[in-house]
Amino acid sequence: MDSFRDKLVPVTSILAGVVVVWYVFAVILNAPFQRDLDRRANETPGIVEFIGKTMSQPKPTLPAPHQVAVNFFENTFLRSVTSNRSLVYNAWVTLSSTLLGFAFGTALGIVIAVGIVHVATLDRSLMPWIIASQTIPILAVAPMIIVVLAAIGVTGLIPKALISTYLSFFPVAVGTVKGLRSPELTHLDLMHTYNASLSQTFWKLRVPASVPFLFTSMKVAVAASLVGAIVGELPTGAVAGIGAKLLAGAYYSQTIDIWSALVAGSVVAALLVMVVGIAGRLVDRAMGGRPA
Amino acid sequence: MSWLKPSWQAVTAIVLCMIAAVLGAMSAPEAAALAQPASSVDYPYLGTKGLMFGLLVVTALVSMTRIPPVIEAMVLFVGAHWIAWLLISGINGFEGTALAPFFLLLAAAWLLGWRCVSVLSAMLPTSRWAATALRLIIPTIFGAWILIIWEAVTRGAGIPFILLPPPSAIGARIANSLPVLAADVRQTIFKAVIFGYIVGSGAGFLAAIAADRVPFLRRGLLPIGNMVSALPIIGVAPIMVMWFGFDWQSKAAVVIIMTFFPMLVNTVAGLAASGHMERDLMRTYASSYWQTLFKLRLPAAAPFIFNALKINSTLALIGAIVAEFFGTPVVGMGFRISTEVGRMNIDMVWAEIAVAALAGSVFYGVVALFERAVTFWHPSVRGG
Repeated sequence: MDSFRDKLVPVTSILAGVVVVWYVFAVILNAPFQRDLDRRANETPGIVEFIGKTMSQPKPTLPAPHQVAVNFFENTFLRSVTSNRSLVYNAWVTLSSTLLGFAFGTALGIVIAVGIVHVATLDRSLMPWIIASQTIPILAVAPMIIVVLAAIGVTGLIPKALISTYLSFFPVAVGTVKGLRSPELTHLDLMHTYNASLSQTFWKLRVPASVPFLFTSMKVAVAASLVGAIVGELPTGAVAGIGAKLLAGAYYSQTIDIWSALVAGSVVAALLVMVVGIAGRLVDRAMGGRPA
Repeated sequence: MSWLKPSWQAVTAIVLCMIAAVLGAMSAPEAAALAQPASSVDYPYLGTKGLMFGLLVVTALVSMTRIPPVIEAMVLFVGAHWIAWLLISGINGFEGTALAPFFLLLAAAWLLGWRCVSVLSAMLPTSRWAATALRLIIPTIFGAWILIIWEAVTRGAGIPFILLPPPSAIGARIANSLPVLAADVRQTIFKAVIFGYIVGSGAGFLAAIAADRVPFLRRGLLPIGNMVSALPIIGVAPIMVMWFGFDWQSKAAVVIIMTFFPMLVNTVAGLAASGHMERDLMRTYASSYWQTLFKLRLPAAAPFIFNALKINSTLALIGAIVAEFFGTPVVGMGFRISTEVGRMNIDMVWAEIAVAALAGSVFYGVVALFERAVTFWHPSVRGG
């Protein structure tokens, strides 16, 4: 826990610094509009009152942190979870397609990785394309997938999950290939001397060796999958979900809503990565891994 | 039977070919013509049907004899692609009428293509030049077959244009709307992406140097940077659009935020990469912090920095394109994608995606080339 305590003070002080800077910018950025309001109302507030007003505008340019916190708290805990303004409801909509897409993507990535490791033809022909596709802004296809699938009557969860699948399978495939190839030659030779079959080598050597790589790439994949789900919600015209909240906030200039949706998205992302990390550690321990 | 070496792809191809021959008509008009032999209905593959079946069987049989792999690969390459070309050009004017034998022949030709790639990837060329050529040819054939199957299936089965246009239509669309595409690339890439990429990566780099100078900052920034890289930063796009307006400045701002943290985290990791011995050596030379930084630690960090630059090249494009979904002037790649999707001009969307893919690859390629030039001393570049 020593390293944790080492980090705690710097991290909290930097975060506190961010909050302070945020407040300062909130005052500076909201000041022109507030001055305008005051002039029209023929008011000449004192400095303190003026600053207080800049932090309580209904549609500020930059909402102050406490405004975002209040909005986040209200929409998370005080609203019933079935209300479509509830952040829990919207986060759940996004989370469900994220998880579905992540599950598909991980399964697909593992299958492709196993194929690439065992079939030389796939390795030589498919692998370069998988790597090249990393350089392509694939998120750009998201609107098309949504609209085209809607045209043939597929709407709701599946199209968004497909985008998440698409985004999450690349990291998993690449990471798993790396992991399945990570056993050293001496280990493979040892399996040879045991007269192990291909499947025995696979299950007893390659799979255990690939698990740490798999979980590392799954962390990347789950974050990518969430981004895919959020972007997938944009072209549907803001029905439900974190992406829809962002878009609706942008349409109606509800800046506080945008910020609290962002916070909700970040909380979901952090939770997802944490869950995958914990799962990885549990699996590692179940397989007999010892802390280094 | 020493002259024969069976391969499952070739055998399956011949079996598929035989099933196709038994089933008869390749397309609906041909079935109609066969039903009424007296009438002279025009139908596809009037003269080329025999040629295709013959080519397929001959290629499959030749590939199973014991001939040098180079010749085998060449025979398979020519045979498979010739059949594919005949299939695709024959369906011209009869889109959507293909019957089962069309797809069986396509599958058989694909199997021959697969066999060709297998033969090529089993080769162990001695010269370096041949190895490089093979490394390029094998994925190219694979990519070509994706396009061939896409083209043949969309045209043969008559898949509606708005669902999935054939690659040839997308190519035609790219050729016809070059000025529009060029304007979009100029708006999105040359204004938003390049500016945001340079400023964002530069700021991340400077922040990393500052974090390196002040250990307190490093201990605080690194966990935050690691956490932020998992967050959906793309969500700040609507806020940036509100702050900086619809034009490219708001997209550049999104790109700056997205590229900042990968650069920070990677550079900080890279600055720790130089060994203790080397740093001690610099100290015995009585070199200052900045001398050590420029002569030892930055060169040692270069692979990490270039890794961040490569990650950022993709992130920057994604950031700019997605930010345009939230509001933009009437030009730009993200704008074009979202509006043409709304107007159901799916071929234009694919054209834009193809351009984006090309731009992304070129961007990445330029960074990679630059990396090779700068880190020529690194083992992964030297190849030793």
